[in-house]
Amino acid sequence: MDLSSLPSILTPDLGLLFWMLLAFLVVFFVLAKFGFPAITVMVEKRKNYIDESLKKAHEASLKLENIKQESEAILQEAREKQATILKEAASTRDAIVEKAQDKAREESARIISEAKAEIEAHKQAAISDIRKQVAILSVEVSEKILRKNLDTDKAQMDYIDLMLNEVNLNK
Amino acid sequence: MKRLRSLLILVAFALMPLLAFATNEGGEKSEGLDIPKVVLEHLSDSYEWHIATYEGKHLSIPLPIIVRNSATGDWFVGTAESLPEPFFFDEAHHGKIYEKMPDGTTERPLDLSITKTVAQIWIVVFVMLAVFLSCARWYKNRDEKSEAPGGFVGMMEMFVMMIYEDVAKASIGEKHFRPYAPYLLTVFFFILTTNLLGLLPVFPGGANVTGNINITFFLAFCSMVVINLFGNKEYWKDIFWPEVPVFLKAYPVPLMPVIEFFGVFTKPFALMVRLFANMMAGHAIILSFTCVIFLGWSMGVGYGIGLNFVSGIMMLFMNALELLVAFVQAYVFTLLSAVFIGLAHKEEE
Repeated sequence: MDLSSLPSILTPDLGLLFWMLLAFLVVFFVLAKFGFPAITVMVEKRKNYIDESLKKAHEASLKLENIKQESEAILQEAREKQATILKEAASTRDAIVEKAQDKAREESARIISEAKAEIEAHKQAAISDIRKQVAILSVEVSEKILRKNLDTDKAQMDYIDLMLNEVNLNK
Repeated sequence: MKRLRSLLILVAFALMPLLAFATNEGGEKSEGLDIPKVVLEHLSDSYEWHIATYEGKHLSIPLPIIVRNSATGDWFVGTAESLPEPFFFDEAHHGKIYEKMPDGTTERPLDLSITKTVAQIWIVVFVMLAVFLSCARWYKNRDEKSEAPGGFVGMMEMFVMMIYEDVAKASIGEKHFRPYAPYLLTVFFFILTTNLLGLLPVFPGGANVTGNINITFFLAFCSMVVINLFGNKEYWKDIFWPEVPVFLKAYPVPLMPVIEFFGVFTKPFALMVRLFANMMAGHAIILSFTCVIFLGWSMGVGYGIGLNFVSGIMMLFMNALELLVAFVQAYVFTLLSAVFIGLAHKEEE
């Protein structure tokens, strides 16, 4: 069978093959160098970047979760502390008030007793003063009485004797 | 050309009564309509780019003819109109340039003409370079932290990554696929662009490139070279010393090695024929439906209207189908090449 009488789409054609080779090599080398790598490299980079970003975001969210828990714990602790501090403060206050009251009571008791003592002292002083006055008065009275009774020497002598007797007797 | 008619059909259908007169007058001419010949002519390569014929005048773009005189060794560069004496378009050989030798015989000279197919290939090359270099420029001023591209660049990125990730990486394997990716990408986009441009009815496209056995032969040959040139030890061992009983691979006849060795060639051969047959058949069917319209009108107005309608619908359907086929064939060729490359990089188990 004569190959060259077949339709031209079925027959080998050197010219066509030559141009096809040339065109294909041109397009292959140009695109393999400048065309496709620009796209594929960028897409792979972007993919890595996205993966990394996702990982980072995941880590960040984990961290955030931890921080939330931590802050929750801190808050809880703070609340407990606040409660204990308030409790302590209350008890301290109570103690202080108690103490103050005790002190006040003591003080008042002391003041009262002091006042009582002073009053007693004043009373004693007053009493002794009165006694003194009474003694002085009685001495004066008795002096006046005696002056009147012992205006004679005899009477005086008699009285002195009496007195002396009395002293002697008392001893 | 042929697809333009498919669009015109709808207009023609609307202007049916007017056209009816015209066809009745030209009826005699169309009676000799030889559909296989017309279809084959449209599928074939030619030395000019025919665009339209109107009242017997041809509107076509002349393409440079470059032939070498076998007798004298001189080169001729010119157009079809100024073809010098020893050369002639041999109708017996589908209009290819032949040379009359001094002894009276005819011979095919070395013909490096920029034919319709070659011109189409260069248009494809130009389109691909324009598309991908402009895409690459988009990436130049950006880094991985900038937004992903949208619009056209985004679409091309999607296609590129589809081949890169889902075909090359998935079929060849993470370890070896990188050096092969540019080849697979180039093949895919070359076939896809050629197929899509082939679907255009008029000038920048329309040539039947992937439906030409030379082109698919070249592509399949490249795939064969790429598959086998870098095949590893495991791959060759599987061919010449596969793990089958000895009587199958050594004595009395080395059956399996022979079959496996044939496989080395049948795989790219299948690639070649598959792409060629699919694209050629698609073009042929669309052309045939176009011819049916002319056939119908030549048989009378009634047939004309009826067949016009049927053909129009069928052609729209076929064009839509061919759009799918254009992609599927490019994809299948690339995928199978990738799978075969993957087989040639078998991992030791």
